[in-house]
Amino acid sequence: MTSGQLTAAEVRRRLKLKTLCEPEGEKPVVSGYAGDLLSWVMGRAPANCAWVTVMNNQNVLAVASLCDVGCVICAEGAEPEETVLEKARAQGINVYASPRPVFELCAALSRLRGFAAEKGEKA
Amino acid sequence: MEIKPLVLHYEVSGDNFTGAGEASVAMKRELRQMGFDANVIRRAAIAMYEGEINMVIHAEGGVADVNVLPDRIEIVLTDEGPGIADVEQAMQAGFSTAPDNIRALGFGAGMGLPNMKRYSDEMKIETEIGRGTTVRMTVLADSPKNSF
Ligand SMILES: Nc1ncnc2c1ncn2[C@@H]1O[C@H](COP(=O)(O)OP(=O)(O)O)[C@@H](O)[C@H]1O
Ligand SMILES: [Mg+2]
Repeated sequence: MTSGQLTAAEVRRRLKLKTLCEPEGEKPVVSGYAGDLLSWVMGRAPANCAWVTVMNNQNVLAVASLCDVGCVICAEGAEPEETVLEKARAQGINVYASPRPVFELCAALSRLRGFAAEKGEKA
Repeated sequence: MEIKPLVLHYEVSGDNFTGAGEASVAMKRELRQMGFDANVIRRAAIAMYEGEINMVIHAEGGVADVNVLPDRIEIVLTDEGPGIADVEQAMQAGFSTAPDNIRALGFGAGMGLPNMKRYSDEMKIETEIGRGTTVRMTVLADSPKNSF
């Protein structure tokens, strides 16, 4: 086990994200996906990714949980309501927020050491 | 890995799509406890979720029956909704009849049926206009799709 593996909490620290809930901060995050259309996310988002989105409704949780994402990053200040966050906590889904736009967050993610920014790339 | 056959049954309510996905999340939990490979679980869970969402959005709900066997997960989604007029067209990526309020939630990209086909090893749709739709999917424990 290399010590270089990124976790959700480490991504949160490095990108200075706001913690909305972090029930499992030690979850690995090795790649990313950006998108708001839920079926696209389910068709394409890899497991253990950081999912960057402006969607903030409860359906995001089901998708995050079914796709095994490492954390959800709500961009552009689109924070889910407290009732949604309560469910996220119960389901073990890390949810962070940032006022920055999706593009900037993805660019910042791609600069993290241990992060695979392209498909097929090794973290 | 010792997997005992298991039969699961879920009622999928048609009147709330904020909570939709409960059946899929519950099934996923069961499969995880049974010790299936993570990729197999993920494929089954996503395929089932898309089907569950379709029943909620397009058919006012339905039922999900899941048959878990050591080598496969069989999912049957049955509804008494309007049926699908042209299955070939419905299967095309991007085709959707979802209304705007559903799209605003992030659904209705017309990728649900294609995702179900992509993640399952076998998929069959039986449908009759005015009567309803039954979607049968099989996810195999041992499949080349596990390396997606
Ligand atoms: N259970 C169902 N009952 C009736 N129509 C359905 C059902 N499932 C799918 N459809 C039809 O097939 C279309 C395509 O489905 P899908 O690929 O899941 O896309 P979406 O759900 O995003 O519209 C739907 O828009 C709808 O017209
Ligand atoms: Mg759909």
